[in-house]
Amino acid sequence: MSEILSPALILFAAALLIGPARGHWRTAILLIAPLVTLWAVWQVPDGVIGTLSFLEYQIEPLEGSPLRRLFATIFALMAFGGGFYAFRHARWYELATAYAYAAGAIGVSFAGDFITLFVYWELMALFSTVVVWCGGTPAARSAGIRYAIMHLLGGVILMVGIVGVALQTGSVDIQPMLATDFSTWMVLIGILFNAAAPPISSWLADAYPESSPTGSVFISAFTTKAAVFALILIFPGEPVLIGVGLYMVMYGIIYALLENDVRRILAYSIVNQVGFMVCAVGIGTELALNGAAAHAFAHIIYKALLIMSAGVVIIRTGENKCTNLGGLFRTMPLTAVCGIVGALAISGFPLTSGFTTKTMISQAAATEGLVAVYFLLAAASAGVFLHAGIKFPWFVFFQRDSGLRPRDAPWNMAAAMVFFATLCILIGVFPEALYRFLPYPVTYQAYVAGKVIFYLQLLLFSGLAFFLLLPLMRRTRTISLDTDWLWRVVLLRIANAVSTVLLALGTKFATLASGLLGSLRSLSERYFGQLASEESGRRGVFARDWPIGVTALWIAVLLTAYVFIYYI
Amino acid sequence: MTDRPENDHWLVRPTTIRLLWWVFCIVLALTVIAQFGFSVKGYFGVDGWIGFGAVFGFFACLVMVLVAKGLGLILKRGERYYDDGDSDV
Repeated sequence: MSEILSPALILFAAALLIGPARGHWRTAILLIAPLVTLWAVWQVPDGVIGTLSFLEYQIEPLEGSPLRRLFATIFALMAFGGGFYAFRHARWYELATAYAYAAGAIGVSFAGDFITLFVYWELMALFSTVVVWCGGTPAARSAGIRYAIMHLLGGVILMVGIVGVALQTGSVDIQPMLATDFSTWMVLIGILFNAAAPPISSWLADAYPESSPTGSVFISAFTTKAAVFALILIFPGEPVLIGVGLYMVMYGIIYALLENDVRRILAYSIVNQVGFMVCAVGIGTELALNGAAAHAFAHIIYKALLIMSAGVVIIRTGENKCTNLGGLFRTMPLTAVCGIVGALAISGFPLTSGFTTKTMISQAAATEGLVAVYFLLAAASAGVFLHAGIKFPWFVFFQRDSGLRPRDAPWNMAAAMVFFATLCILIGVFPEALYRFLPYPVTYQAYVAGKVIFYLQLLLFSGLAFFLLLPLMRRTRTISLDTDWLWRVVLLRIANAVSTVLLALGTKFATLASGLLGSLRSLSERYFGQLASEESGRRGVFARDWPIGVTALWIAVLLTAYVFIYYI
Repeated sequence: MTDRPENDHWLVRPTTIRLLWWVFCIVLALTVIAQFGFSVKGYFGVDGWIGFGAVFGFFACLVMVLVAKGLGLILKRGERYYDDGDSDV
């Protein structure tokens, strides 16, 4: 029996225990459970470990492979770092749901069949919604509802696809496929919902910044990267993904450039970074898939680091808008340095993790001769430096003196940030340490002089562009409309209009009905009389005392009519 | 907050900033000059040219900022747009 128990169950158990446990016990569970999970992840051998029967299908709750262990490892590491960052500030229910959410992601990593995948997938949707709600504000509540609707819709589409694939192939085993017919398209669309692909990318930047500063650290890590994992597993080499990925890359940059909310800038840059991975899955060669997996691994670390530093700023200042921040480097040097390390890593600066992983994707595009993809990815790399690499630290920590003099990060948050910042640099300096664990053998060399020079030129001149174009990037207290405008405004207006029309129709109908009822009532009163209980002198027509002559006359008339009709 | 610049943090004094700009410009020049020593492998011809990365990076950013600025004219709304219904900026 033990061979089918997923390492995810350890984190689930921890999530259940976090509530009842108190004080140091809770801290111990929070810090030890992810490490035990990490150990369990590395005990999973390659291949399907055990099977169960369910509705005539073979369920494979636990299947190991290098790719699966890689994603499970980073999810467990993330739970550890996030738990360490959050344990002194977050409420217990936020931590419990965040751990259950992480457990869902680890469950997805080891799911050998579509049914197991779907169950963990939906658990992630459920718990991540609660994490959004833990933001505790009315905005978090409504954003959480929109988030849940989007993910449940995506889940239904995925289920439709899974049922179709299961009926066609007779098996729910996860196999690589291409989107060729209705069912496979539904599977692809269902997964892309979670990857924040167009046209529904807006859910991510809508929901994530509404969670609490500690909750957003967790929520930024799992959903989109689990989707990238599922794409690598199920749709390697699906050409549609190249276009989808490139769109996401550009979308993220443009919207982040327009944004004023610090965490929303970072949320848009998640879409941008996931775009790189989706594009790599679309390219589909071994180098590209290695790049997607490695980039997801590195991305989770530096993105968590960035959101942690933004979270510290929000906790210490209570501000989350660029227009109200600035100059914080004076009193928050550690947070600023960690934020800058994260920003350099996301930009793919040499000696950081982003450089050693993102360039694999560009290399894969070049090797395949995809000219446009290669140049768009290069432009996007410059754009990442622009919108996240400089914009985030500049507007938060430098820019102008906002007069705010907050204290630096609390010790546990500082330790979590230093831990992740160290990882960013270690993977940047010793990429082989990560390359060893990638799904395919790696021959790729990140540090070639020419490549380093090319990226230094690209990034530093983007920096020059940033400072020269600063007047054009003055922050405004605005939000930017996205496709969600269609359902948050247009659909709402249509619904309101329909309900107004229906209400008017209803009122009309009610008047008509009450008029009809009134005349029926007066007719019945006229002929049958009023209710016995009511005091009334008038009796109905049929209830009156009629003279015998009238009755005889009526009988004669009726008999004549009868005879007449019988004759005809 | 201080009135006299020399009392503020050394990093934001005008002299430091001027110095940083000089250092930045020198580093920028060095990245291009370095290409004479180490050839950048061009996968598609043009990307191997001297200073291609510099020009491409700069203009890519220029285009993206301008596109964002242009889209911002259409897409930007007040912060409370969704709260109030449809109040414009």
